[in-house]
Amino acid sequence: MDGLFQRFAKDKEYHVRFVFSWIILFAIWMALTSSLQIQEVLTGVITVGIVASFTWKNFTTKGLHYLHPQRIFYILLYILVFLKELVKSNFHVAWIVLHPKLPISPGIVRFPTRLKSETAKLILANSITLTPGTLSVDIKDNMYYIHWLEAKNMTDEEAAQSIAGPFENLLIKIFED
Amino acid sequence: MNIMTIIGMALTTQGALFLLLGAIGIVRMPDMYTRMQAGTKATTLGAMSFILGIGFMEPAWLLKTILIVVFIALSNPISSHALARAAHRSGIFPLSRENIDLYKRDNQEDKS
Repeated sequence: MDGLFQRFAKDKEYHVRFVFSWIILFAIWMALTSSLQIQEVLTGVITVGIVASFTWKNFTTKGLHYLHPQRIFYILLYILVFLKELVKSNFHVAWIVLHPKLPISPGIVRFPTRLKSETAKLILANSITLTPGTLSVDIKDNMYYIHWLEAKNMTDEEAAQSIAGPFENLLIKIFED
Repeated sequence: MNIMTIIGMALTTQGALFLLLGAIGIVRMPDMYTRMQAGTKATTLGAMSFILGIGFMEPAWLLKTILIVVFIALSNPISSHALARAAHRSGIFPLSRENIDLYKRDNQEDKS
């Protein structure tokens, strides 16, 4: 029992991470049941507590830091930018698909990222896939390989600017400040 | 007919249109990667707005449909990423007029 407690306490900020997982999972529970009846909420509190106690280690590494007001502001801003790019990319695809000449010159380009956190890299790769004309193929260490419909011979920095431009700075503010 | 139903109808129509465009894209594009580009983007927004539109038509389901939309936005790009990587590793290379394939070049440098 003593050893178990030590293992638990050795993880940095375990209580903060547990509370954070609990809040997120409980929000999902509320969305799924969509009711405020006391039995359902109580069942949720207990079930979510059990699930969070098993999963908090894999769920988050920074915990409540993500709920800092400034971070929440940047997360909302990120979602807005992301939705804008998603709609833009759909019209881009529609334009290419309906164009009689199919105006594309595809190829795979690469660029290095400044992000260090694994979650941030995953989110950047996902966002790149859903932005106009780009599809992430692989990530090696900090190098992204991107299939691009308008590939040109360009340096890594230029590619980073035109592909990851709108997202990278916001992700640094969310994950690495 | 209230305003929620109208928003829902607009969203489902938009979703169906984007899914149709994605299908046309898969037929017209020349190689595997460009097809996947059309497929991923159009199906993601298409399915998202379709499901959200259903949520607007039946307000009791709205929160659940928003949850589904979030999971689609998270999981759809990952599957396309995995497919693209697997395709390149098993030897399907992208069609490229100017022969730009830095991934292939870097992989060959790693081997030699």
